[in-house]
Amino acid sequence: MKFVGPFVCIPNLNLNPVFMNALIEILSANYLLIYLLVFTIILGFEIISKVPTVLHTPLMSGSNAISGIVIIGAILLIRQSPSDAWIELTAGMVGLALAMVNVVGGFAVTQRMLQMFKKKKK
Amino acid sequence: MNTAIWFDLAYLMGSVGIVWGLKRMSSPDSAGAGNTLAALGMGLAILAAIFYPLGDADNGNLAWILGGLALGSAAGYILAKRVAMTAMPQMVSLLNGMGGATAMILGLVEYLRLGSATTDFGSNLTVVFALLVGAVSFSGSVLAYLKLEGKVDDKKITLSFHSVFNLLLLALVLGGTMALSYSTDWGIGLLVLFTLLALFYGLSFVAPIGGADMPVVISLLNSFTGISAATAGFVYGNLMMIVGGILVGASGTILTLMMCKAMNRSLWNVIVGGFGSVAAGVATDTNQQVKSVGLADAAIQLAYSKTVLVVPGYGLAVAQAQKVCKELDELLEANGVDLRYGIHPVAGRMPGHMNVLLAEADVPYPKLLDLEEANDFLNQCDAVVVIGANDVVNPAAERDPSSSIYGMPVLKVWQAKNTIVMKRSMGKGYAGIENPLFFEKNTYMLFGDAKQTLQALVAEVKGLG
Repeated sequence: MKFVGPFVCIPNLNLNPVFMNALIEILSANYLLIYLLVFTIILGFEIISKVPTVLHTPLMSGSNAISGIVIIGAILLIRQSPSDAWIELTAGMVGLALAMVNVVGGFAVTQRMLQMFKKKKK
Repeated sequence: MNTAIWFDLAYLMGSVGIVWGLKRMSSPDSAGAGNTLAALGMGLAILAAIFYPLGDADNGNLAWILGGLALGSAAGYILAKRVAMTAMPQMVSLLNGMGGATAMILGLVEYLRLGSATTDFGSNLTVVFALLVGAVSFSGSVLAYLKLEGKVDDKKITLSFHSVFNLLLLALVLGGTMALSYSTDWGIGLLVLFTLLALFYGLSFVAPIGGADMPVVISLLNSFTGISAATAGFVYGNLMMIVGGILVGASGTILTLMMCKAMNRSLWNVIVGGFGSVAAGVATDTNQQVKSVGLADAAIQLAYSKTVLVVPGYGLAVAQAQKVCKELDELLEANGVDLRYGIHPVAGRMPGHMNVLLAEADVPYPKLLDLEEANDFLNQCDAVVVIGANDVVNPAAERDPSSSIYGMPVLKVWQAKNTIVMKRSMGKGYAGIENPLFFEKNTYMLFGDAKQTLQALVAEVKGLG
């Protein structure tokens, strides 16, 4: 903050150089990932906005199952844990199991719902 | 030879499966195949993650992995087979919370692995952010689940200054995120405190939102879990996690915005807790009388109509009346009645809730009309049956600028020649406002449990033939 008068403070826009540097560093180190991120967002909005209202609940449970993709992280975590690090391994296994409930439960329940939509087709 | 590329290609194929699967969700006919495709993509990803060459960092631990997979699969499968279609919002919330919990656990363990004196702000931040969003999504989803199960009373957990309290909490949590990212030297105490605070924020965030706003919360939490998964993808440098997470984030965001639009409210208004706190619109002329109708009369009226629109609401789900509803549908169709269903986007407790219930009861989906189609149909409609819906058929949204739901797009059921409203009592809807529809001259009330009333009505219609 720059002190101007008794009651006026103008925020200094040339913010903390540590944060600016950190930001630049993040952006340059992950440039390709950010590229991917942006295009996936566009793709996601394009695809999802075409899903009709009738299917919104299956879409939710299906996309829910997809968010279980975090399971990859849990698997990698367990594989990289020292084999005697019980706490880490237990935490990893709990995470893995929860993500798997999300994946299997999500896809199975979506399938159940979609079967109901399907059998009405004559 | 570096074989990692084959596994990366497997991830790529998995991602394509997910994207293509979601794309096929654009029609009920191809959606089943789409879901299978997405599931296959996910399976491929899991295999790739198990066998991906990690070099010296690999410690095996395959037993732990297989144990977790078996446990999770069994629990998930049983849950999915047992859940009732009426309980789908709870199921989705619960599953959603689990994905969030995993991201939270990953964040915790990875943060501890960073070791002390790590100065890379960027990579610290991704770890802490995955932890934060995962924790909020986890505790928020659990509370949403409890609310939907009716185990928590909204009013008991909401403070009078809740939005200010939440903003303070948010500031605190974001401050913690910065501090933990800036340095990893704080020790485990602060990490635990931060995690508890993030969990508490999730609870406090969902606490004031309830009832008819649940579709918004569920969609929003869904997008949070997606974002936490994508952030975890940054932590592991895993492209497929980023793609999957972002797709879910996009889907949750779009549904959130759609639900807000369907209620003509901003997301901010929903989060801060709109309806309950707003004083109800002026109660016009309290001397007005509602007219009841006998079952026999209602049956005759419906059986001799040319066109009938059924408007289902949360009451239909609560009473589990979807199958009886279909029975009435079949009887009337046999009498030559053209019967359709008018589905308001926020009817029920999650996006598309009513569609799934009616699909379970074997109603063909072309008979389900969305808001606009239903309003067109209402212009030449002989009779409307409102089953357990209230705010979505409230004319005050069009006529009374002082009403808190003024401007919300509604089903204009009062345009039909006659309207029969099935309701448990004269209680108000979630918005807590009077519904002038009940006092219209061509509205008739049928009080009672939706299922029992429908059963009695079915018996009456049968008696006519």
